[in-house]
Amino acid sequence: MYHRTDLIYLYDGTFDGFLCCVFDAVYHKRFPTEIYREDDEAIPALLPLHRVETEFDKARRVARSIPEKIGREAQQLVRDAFLTALPQKEAVMLRFLLKGYHEGPDIVYRLGDDDVYALRQAVQHLGNEAHLLKGFIRFSDADGVLVAEIEPKNQVLPVLAEHFIARFSGERFLIYDRTHHSALIYDRERVRIIAVEKLELPPPGVEERAFRALWKQFYETIAIEARYNPRCQRTHMPLRYRGVMTEHQAFDARKEWEDAHVHRKTVSGLQGLPVGRNETENRIRQAE
Amino acid sequence: MDVFEKLTILTDAAKYDVACTSSGSDRAGVKGKLGSTMAPGCCHSFSADGRCISLLKVLMSNVCSYDCAYCVNRRTNDTPRATFTPRELADLTIQFYRRNYIEGLFLSSAVIGTPDYTCERMAEVLRILREEYGFRGYIHVKGIPGADPMLIRRLGLWADRMSVNIELPSQASLKLLAPDKSKESILLPMAKIKNGIDESRAEIVKYSHAPRFVPAGQSTQMIIGATPETDRQILRLTAGLYRKYALKRVFFSAYTPVVAGKNLPSLDTRPPLLREHRLYQADWLLRFYGFNADEILDDAHPDFDPRFDPKCCWALYHPEQFPVEVNRAPYEMLLRVPGIGVKSARRIVQVRRVSALNYDTLKKLGVVLRRAQFFIVCGGKRREGLRFKENEIARYLLPDAMPPVENRQLSLFDPRPEDIRQCITGQI
Repeated sequence: MYHRTDLIYLYDGTFDGFLCCVFDAVYHKRFPTEIYREDDEAIPALLPLHRVETEFDKARRVARSIPEKIGREAQQLVRDAFLTALPQKEAVMLRFLLKGYHEGPDIVYRLGDDDVYALRQAVQHLGNEAHLLKGFIRFSDADGVLVAEIEPKNQVLPVLAEHFIARFSGERFLIYDRTHHSALIYDRERVRIIAVEKLELPPPGVEERAFRALWKQFYETIAIEARYNPRCQRTHMPLRYRGVMTEHQAFDARKEWEDAHVHRKTVSGLQGLPVGRNETENRIRQAE
Repeated sequence: MDVFEKLTILTDAAKYDVACTSSGSDRAGVKGKLGSTMAPGCCHSFSADGRCISLLKVLMSNVCSYDCAYCVNRRTNDTPRATFTPRELADLTIQFYRRNYIEGLFLSSAVIGTPDYTCERMAEVLRILREEYGFRGYIHVKGIPGADPMLIRRLGLWADRMSVNIELPSQASLKLLAPDKSKESILLPMAKIKNGIDESRAEIVKYSHAPRFVPAGQSTQMIIGATPETDRQILRLTAGLYRKYALKRVFFSAYTPVVAGKNLPSLDTRPPLLREHRLYQADWLLRFYGFNADEILDDAHPDFDPRFDPKCCWALYHPEQFPVEVNRAPYEMLLRVPGIGVKSARRIVQVRRVSALNYDTLKKLGVVLRRAQFFIVCGGKRREGLRFKENEIARYLLPDAMPPVENRQLSLFDPRPEDIRQCITGQI
């Protein structure tokens, strides 16, 4: 039997650290009321604190036990749940794992259980958010490096990494997560996720501005007025994603294009944007 | 004319094309090359009309030599004209793609001079993208009716998806509104593409490196509401197209009047959006729910009921099939219950293996009980507090109907209205 304690566990915020909390709870057969990261500002002052040291060995033992005793699905669920924005996710995950050790692999389908349901919902939310962001992320070309900013609720960077590396394997890119102050960096060889307190992106160059203008113009032209339906639009693309999307920035596409165009004469580059009447067009005109 | 103007004109000319999906193709990235595709597709934005933007959807050119009455690009319409050079369009695609604006290119075109010439120019865009730039993103290209089969084949080896627009739901309508096109000229390339896909599939079994022809399959679209066909006719045509030409998708486009014409609905006609919506719902029933066209609409009901979705309608006309016991019913039958979709049906099957379902769990699985409750029993029981007569179900299914569920259980000791009155007046 586990006995409930009024202890609060503190851990270092890593997944290994969390696994050590599980180890500690199982080893001492006690159940902490809550689990906090040690840098959390909301740690309650009145309850006794217990700092759980992260030890690789213990973490590895717990990590191995999960697929063995509760199954691969539970392993995946816990890994994903750790990235979610679920409040007090560590405590929910701990309760889930303890029940799992007891009940076995079936636990992941026991949706009547509040903890299982909460974890599944949270992981679904993570999946949905990551899926939307695969489409909604907007890169800017800053001297050949693609840079993007996002403001997600969940820690989506580990989920997004594989997709963008496969897609842009020949590019160097950076995705900065403003909410969690971390950045995904890929330099054609290695990929890293590092903590970045603050990131100032350089102002866009002429070419970048030209493409932003083209994209916004495309975006505004493609809508059919007779079918105008902002409610449907909002369902698919909630307002909170729009802050960092190029097409939702307040600028006039034509003016921006012309601006970039004027500068273009003084700046070399912008190949790939030939201007002027093209040959075929003339040919067709003549044919008519 | 600069790229900005061209993009404006040729986007405006392409916006009535419906399909903007990037699904059906799963191509992993390759080290050092640009692009990949994912099977479910990916929406990159949503325009003000709520439609998904997935691909850079433009025309190669809107200088058309045809004169289809409903089309904004017809020869005799006074509208600004433009044509992309293949290089311009390829570069634009790459630059948009790098910034993650799009999933790839959707390339269509007016008929510039002849169908063959048009096809050649489109093929040139695809050649630059695939061969010169090594682009591995999604490409959807329109087959131009009347083009040489060799050209269609060339397009198909570079594209993920091809589509030939069937334009209108019957030959008579086609004759009336699109006199330059005929049923044969549309169905011929469609059949060619299908054969190409079949051959390619057979070859891939033998040699895994055989070139893939239109790996994401072909689709088509038709205009709804410009001509007098019934919903039943349209749905049967749709089912036929899926069967005969193995199409991946059939798209419907509510007719939006853009030009006046003697054979066309008047310019103040509102696009029949609800009808389009119902057709898509029925299309889903055909593709994912195991319905066939004659089950959804029949001679007695040739058109959709504007009040109920087609699945609800079917359920209302077939009371003998219900109620369904969710703990035991086969997957196929679960799919036919209004309020249970593909996802929730799958989850039900998965979860009930471990433990018996109750209404609370059903809700957590994503079942819409507001609709489903009239058609299911759970452990042999109706939902608690649910009371209704069978002939009243339709009334409760209307969008703003009051639910018949009472939240609390009735009790013998509940105060009756008289009791309350007596309390207030003090008379016993």
